[in-house]
Amino acid sequence: MRIRAEKLKAAAWGTFAAGVLLVAIGMGSRSLAHFDAALVAYTFATVFATFGIIYRYAMWLQRPPTAMYFKRGWQVFLSPRFLMRNLAVWCQRLVLTFVFNAFIFRRGRARWGAHWLIMWGCLIAVAITFPLVFGWIHFETVPGHLDRYRVYVFGFGMDEFPIQSLKAFILFHGLVWAAILVIAGVMIAMYRRMRDHGAAAVQQFGEDFLPLILLFAISITGLMLTASYTWMKGYAYDFLAILHAVTVIFTLLWLPFGKFFHIFQRPAQLGVAFYKDIGQRTQQACCKRCGEPFASLMQVRDLVTVEKQLGFNYALRPSPESDAIHYQEICPKCRRALLALAQGELRAASTGQQRWQ
Amino acid sequence: MAVPSNQHFFIDPSRCIGCQSCVQACSECDTHKGTPMIHLEYVERSISTQTTPVICMHCESPTCAQVCPADAIKKTEDGVVQSARKPRCIACNNCVLACPFGVPKMNAGWELMTKCDMCYDRTSEGKKPMCATVCPSQALFFGTFAEIEALRPRSRPVNEFRFGEQLVKTKVLMMVPRGGLTEVVDVTAAMHGATPQRTVHLDLMMSGVFANAAEGK
Repeated sequence: MRIRAEKLKAAAWGTFAAGVLLVAIGMGSRSLAHFDAALVAYTFATVFATFGIIYRYAMWLQRPPTAMYFKRGWQVFLSPRFLMRNLAVWCQRLVLTFVFNAFIFRRGRARWGAHWLIMWGCLIAVAITFPLVFGWIHFETVPGHLDRYRVYVFGFGMDEFPIQSLKAFILFHGLVWAAILVIAGVMIAMYRRMRDHGAAAVQQFGEDFLPLILLFAISITGLMLTASYTWMKGYAYDFLAILHAVTVIFTLLWLPFGKFFHIFQRPAQLGVAFYKDIGQRTQQACCKRCGEPFASLMQVRDLVTVEKQLGFNYALRPSPESDAIHYQEICPKCRRALLALAQGELRAASTGQQRWQ
Repeated sequence: MAVPSNQHFFIDPSRCIGCQSCVQACSECDTHKGTPMIHLEYVERSISTQTTPVICMHCESPTCAQVCPADAIKKTEDGVVQSARKPRCIACNNCVLACPFGVPKMNAGWELMTKCDMCYDRTSEGKKPMCATVCPSQALFFGTFAEIEALRPRSRPVNEFRFGEQLVKTKVLMMVPRGGLTEVVDVTAAMHGATPQRTVHLDLMMSGVFANAAEGK
């Protein structure tokens, strides 16, 4: 019953988000006046992907631990006492974590190089493609100046530049630059997956190769389109356009289900960082066995709540020898010793001796 | 490929001699180069030299996976709880704090939880985990029930553990005395066991020596 309610809630959010996108397409393209009908398949794939991503995201947010972190993350971030500091730290973390992927750099140079190139390639491609597909951005020649283009954003004229300028060349080849970045990243990632024994040991086709193959297919077919109309007088352009559309649409439809979903989950890392910050500054939980501090009291208490919601019951039986009431009050180091101690107790009992004798 | 269904991991902490072979072997694994996933812990450092190897017990219903807000910890169909998925783990520490056996490790620099995955790259291809291949005292043993019964006729394996009110069933088994009646190891009961004493009596070896010396032999 609870699962059904969660699914309904998630479906409602998904439908709402897809609806908002459709309205935004209608308004942004001035009632479809600037909408390119040839791109309708892309549009529907994007609308479906939006529904799927929001549905999965909403399901994910309803899991007890995720819900707890989501709530706490915003609470600690918006706490009036630390808000200004949090905003400054947020900017710093945004740059380090998302712009530079510093944490992936520490995991490995090749991994970082691959991820950084792919990420920026994809971000540039998304920033160009979606507004164009939705009709949010379009270009028109300036009346009376056929050698100049005017950029319209949501139907409003924003910028103007000569067609034969460096700016125009860079702008109109934006997807080419994005494809080059993605292909370079995919090459590094493929090399790592083929040569690195550790990666080879645990990689899976669906999780690790399929995303790379899809990104490569999108990029290479996109480049082939440019090559076709630039140097080959449009040779096989229609076929290539369909091939490119197929790769893009497949990827869009797959976005909510596969590895690419981490793009939407990952920002949670920022919320968790603030939760940990405040945990360090507030009261610590001390182990009820060894007395050492081992975590923030807030996290320990939150975990007790989450475990209860999940159906776990690590409550301890009352004992005159300890005031611990929950196993969560015992530090991980003591827990590691306890298994051996429990075995020792059993051995001692079987031989009629006391432990430590 | 999956871990062969007749192959099981047996741990026997009382046999651990603290030689660190398991730690070294674990750190040689390509999937986590140079960083061991196994813990080698002193049980009561102030009064005893006893050590214990701690590996992931691969719970049937892993608490670590369920408390993970990022859904980063997955269990394979053959019951092996995998290390956190790199794209998903957000380094929140929930798994580290929730695991009843204290297994997961947090690598703060990588912002990633790592843990023993029973050398899945090896065990899924029918090989033994690295630590079990090198353990000289067989505190860590990977094999069949028939093999362990032949090796340890006075012990038997159990895989149910009690932590307060919570019962945890695991894929990895721990050896307990055969004569005991218990089917479930009450781990938290050991928390309040006999008060550790300052003097350790090595009855087995030393009492004979002193007795003989006293008798002038």
